Amino acid sequence: MPGRAQPALSAAPALRGLAALFLLAAALEAVVRFGLVPKLVLAAPSETALAIGRLAAEEGLFRALGATLLTALAAVGAAVAAGLPAGYWLYKHPRFGAAYRNWLAAPFAAPLVLVYPVVLVLFGRTYASTGFMGFLVGLVAIVLYTREGLAAVPPTLVRVGRAFNLTPRQEFWKILLPAGTPMIFTGIRLGTIYALVNIIGVEFLINFGGLGFVVSETYDKFDTPGMYGAIVFVILVSGGMLWLLKRVQLWLRPA
Amino acid sequence: MSAPGAAAAQVRVIRFFTLAGIALLWETLGQTRFVFGEALPPASAVAAAAAREVVSLPFYRHLAVTLGEVAGGFLFGALSGVACGLALGARRVLGAAADPYIAALATTPKIVFLPVVMLAVGTGPGSKVALGAVSAFFPVVIATVAGMRSIPPVFVRVGRAFNLRAGQMVRMVYLPALALPIVTGLRLGLGVCIIGVLLGELKLASAGLGFLARDYYDQYDFAALYAIVAIVFALAALANAAMSRLVRRAEAHR
Repeated sequence: MPGRAQPALSAAPALRGLAALFLLAAALEAVVRFGLVPKLVLAAPSETALAIGRLAAEEGLFRALGATLLTALAAVGAAVAAGLPAGYWLYKHPRFGAAYRNWLAAPFAAPLVLVYPVVLVLFGRTYASTGFMGFLVGLVAIVLYTREGLAAVPPTLVRVGRAFNLTPRQEFWKILLPAGTPMIFTGIRLGTIYALVNIIGVEFLINFGGLGFVVSETYDKFDTPGMYGAIVFVILVSGGMLWLLKRVQLWLRPA
Repeated sequence: MSAPGAAAAQVRVIRFFTLAGIALLWETLGQTRFVFGEALPPASAVAAAAAREVVSLPFYRHLAVTLGEVAGGFLFGALSGVACGLALGARRVLGAAADPYIAALATTPKIVFLPVVMLAVGTGPGSKVALGAVSAFFPVVIATVAGMRSIPPVFVRVGRAFNLRAGQMVRMVYLPALALPIVTGLRLGLGVCIIGVLLGELKLASAGLGFLARDYYDQYDFAALYAIVAIVFALAALANAAMSRLVRRAEAHR
């Protein structure tokens, strides 16, 4: 397409998007100020912004963020530690890979988060429950993409390794892992996002833990501005995590 | 002929023994109350509870509530998702402006919007329909926009050359080219819609399968709770399989 118009176009949409966001905020502000919508239902954007500051100062919003991120980190760490070997094993044993792949792909699309009552029975209202829910969804993504990524390594590379008489360990570290990294990281990226989403969701559902708990708590207290503030904060965290992981992925695959 | 047949047989054997092993381990852990104690009822008790559910009338009342909420949420979410996707895909600048917001919102756990919809429409079935709609909206809008962007510009130019009106453009150019991406988006959308509705029911409701599961949890009837979760999983898998069929049909249609 015309290369000339590209730079101007790429900055303009972002500005227009921001402008639209401000217009929307202004409209909401007006709607609430003129009393068209009850204050209990919809908080004015200005109050929502102020509420984020209040939550940070008084309700430990950043401590909640830390709790959620640490839970997610532990969940993803465990999912990587278990998922990489599991994916490698499925790659090395194609019959088992064929047998289990569809099973893994099914919960990938199906509502794995719905097992949370079961997890709640097993682990109670603890970080083990929220963390385990994150681990579960992260694990599925990482196992699937690790297997796919290793299976997609060009056979030529593997044959070169064989020609050099590499041990299985050397073959994994020097050939399979580096060649499979982009796709394996896609699994880790998706797994991290799913884990974060599920952890926040379960925190909200069981009234325990980090950011999800703050949303639930502010709703229970009829603190509408605080509730909107917490939700906006969750959206910002999700968007930020998405952006960060995309960055890392681009860095891993410079092209 | 024999080699792929033997491989498929091996796969079946592996699956059978895996399932049998899991069932045996579960039954043993449950019967001996080893590790998890009362929290893990044996597989046979869960199967018996599931059998009790599917012959009880209240179960079907709750099932009907859940199905209605899923249907309503999916309908609203899918229609608004396709409409927004068409608009955002047709106007490049509009799409580029909205992209980052849609991506961030799509990643956000939808369940945190439950308080918002409960404040807006109350704690009844309407809030679950709304949550299901919000959940279904994002995969559908993302798939539709991506589909719009992958339409060869030639198609659009031909349509313009024939002086088609906007409605005709949608019907004769966009929708045929979009069938596959939209159906793919709908499949994902239905999955997350079911999740949204069920999670909403688990959090706060007075009817529906999620409420039923919550009720059994509160009564410490874990076998019945596990049975409901298993039934919900089976129903979700069924819905997913049906949508996958639709996707394959759309693929064949290209």
